[in-house]
Amino acid sequence: MISFKKNNTPKIVKPGPNLEAEARDWTKCPGCRALLYNKHLSENYQICPKCNHHFRLNSREWLRLLSDEGSFCPLFEEFEAEDILEFTDNETYVERIKKACKKTNANEAIQTGTCTIEGHKIAIGVMNFHFIGGSMGVVVGEKIVRLTTLATEQKLPLLILSASGGARMQEGMFSLLQMARTAGAIGRFQKENGLYLSLLTHPTTGGVSASYAFLGDVIIAEPQALIGFAGARVIEQTTRQKLPPRFQTAEFLVEHGQIDKIVERKVMKKVIARILSFYQEGWSSHGVKKNE
Amino acid sequence: MESKKMSNLLSFEKPVAQIQRRIEDLEKESQEKNIDLSVSIEQLRTELKLELQQIFSQLSRWEKVMVARHPERPKLIDYIKVLIPDYLYFCGDRLFRDDPAIFGAMGHINDNQLIMVIGHYKGKNTRDNIQCNFGMANPEGYRKALRLMRLAEKFRAPIVTLIDTPGAYPGIEAEEHGQSEAIAMNLREMFQLKVPILSIVTGEGGSGGALGIGVGDKIMMMEHAIYSVISPEGCASILWRDASKASEVAEKLKLTAQDIMKFKLIDEIINEPVGGAHRNHREATDSVKKCILQWLNQSEKISWNQDLLDQRYEKYIRLASFDHVKNLMKDIRSSEENL
Repeated sequence: MISFKKNNTPKIVKPGPNLEAEARDWTKCPGCRALLYNKHLSENYQICPKCNHHFRLNSREWLRLLSDEGSFCPLFEEFEAEDILEFTDNETYVERIKKACKKTNANEAIQTGTCTIEGHKIAIGVMNFHFIGGSMGVVVGEKIVRLTTLATEQKLPLLILSASGGARMQEGMFSLLQMARTAGAIGRFQKENGLYLSLLTHPTTGGVSASYAFLGDVIIAEPQALIGFAGARVIEQTTRQKLPPRFQTAEFLVEHGQIDKIVERKVMKKVIARILSFYQEGWSSHGVKKNE
Repeated sequence: MESKKMSNLLSFEKPVAQIQRRIEDLEKESQEKNIDLSVSIEQLRTELKLELQQIFSQLSRWEKVMVARHPERPKLIDYIKVLIPDYLYFCGDRLFRDDPAIFGAMGHINDNQLIMVIGHYKGKNTRDNIQCNFGMANPEGYRKALRLMRLAEKFRAPIVTLIDTPGAYPGIEAEEHGQSEAIAMNLREMFQLKVPILSIVTGEGGSGGALGIGVGDKIMMMEHAIYSVISPEGCASILWRDASKASEVAEKLKLTAQDIMKFKLIDEIINEPVGGAHRNHREATDSVKKCILQWLNQSEKISWNQDLLDQRYEKYIRLASFDHVKNLMKDIRSSEENL
């Protein structure tokens, strides 16, 4: 797992004595330092209109953006993390989970279920970076395995949106093994000709990128998203080399042939819907219904 | 017991160094003066063995990390020479380069059974170490491993992977060439190989770089091996920006073979010679060979077709699953209540 200090949550401008209420309406862009009116920002998909900086969306915002209104049916919500290692650093893992639940109003770093995208029914998993860095522990792995199994059984296309620093170190070996479990489940799904779309958002690294995130039949990334296996700091320290410009960005990965394309948030739903309709078209012209 | 001369002595091994020196002195004396000192030498050897037993049964997790990383621990090539003496090795990923950090060879174990052994190679001396990147593989290494596994499948040869790596190489080119994709692909494809797979962590099981060749029907660990989601140094630097707290973190990560066996995440622990594998290569490699032979025997009972794949898949659906954790927690709680 890698820690991410910069490009974090939008900074709220420090309020003056009488401006507290007003300050809540404004956000300072970490990209160009412009003051942005929150209402405008949310109308613009949380993208800075001045410098195109993409603010991070949580899983609910992504689901709203991608799925047809009211179509999302949550599944596997019952799973909650256990502290099997009895892990404590500056705080106990139990405490950390509690805080994350409170902060995100969710019980894990991924939401899973089914929804429709422009009428195409799919199985969908959306990660939430705000929940312990979107790290993958037993519950994240379990939900992905179950979602993928469901997609295999019901012959639904699968979409997983990643936003994660990697495996959750507080769950030790249990986390690491989720890489194998998720990859195995996706392999079975793909063997049955299931279509798996992997959507990479800022950031997708470590154990998540080296398992299900890079197994997509089509891999799409958001502009400027940080995507890679090892952390930049570790690479710099190990190799003592200067990192090339835009290293490990989505743009860098397209150039190196690692992902299919970069898609702007504004048109993300449209592009995904197009791929889904191509897929359906191909199969239905041969008399097989894949998704409707 | 035949002890190797140690040049890299770990701090907790110091008490035995003195005894070892005394043995060496006596041996020299008996040779030079042509007198029989075998009784006292034998006595000292017993003392040495007891002392080692004592020390190695009480190692802390961080001390285990040091043993697992010991430069004189048997390396992949030592195992291969003993396991498959008539070995034939294969090179390259057919795409870019031959990665010396991954080595794979086919040969006969016990003269009659063909197997493919693939593993991380850390190297045996400084020049070697640098050439093999201390066992840190690049994407081409993982792709080579997968290619050789498929080759093994074609030969109907069971696969044994020997894991000993600090992790996948964190390099610029590794990222450019798709380190993530290479590991992910191995994880997925190892579920599709219609020959039995045994994974053994012989030394350091470093994170995704270890798991990248580690999806097996059976998973074993050597007695003093470690297997971890992140290196203690890496974990410490994320938590406290201070890699020197690694020893403290090692305790939290529960990364020893004994911890992981307790969690029921591996199938077997392979015994090491008294005082660790680095003290007696022959005994260590023989012990691994014995376990492989037993496993091969069991593997004969399953037909190597879809059944094998289904069994492997089922294993991983249960392994480290939510139910697995729940049941473990239940066991732990009930054993606490009984105390």
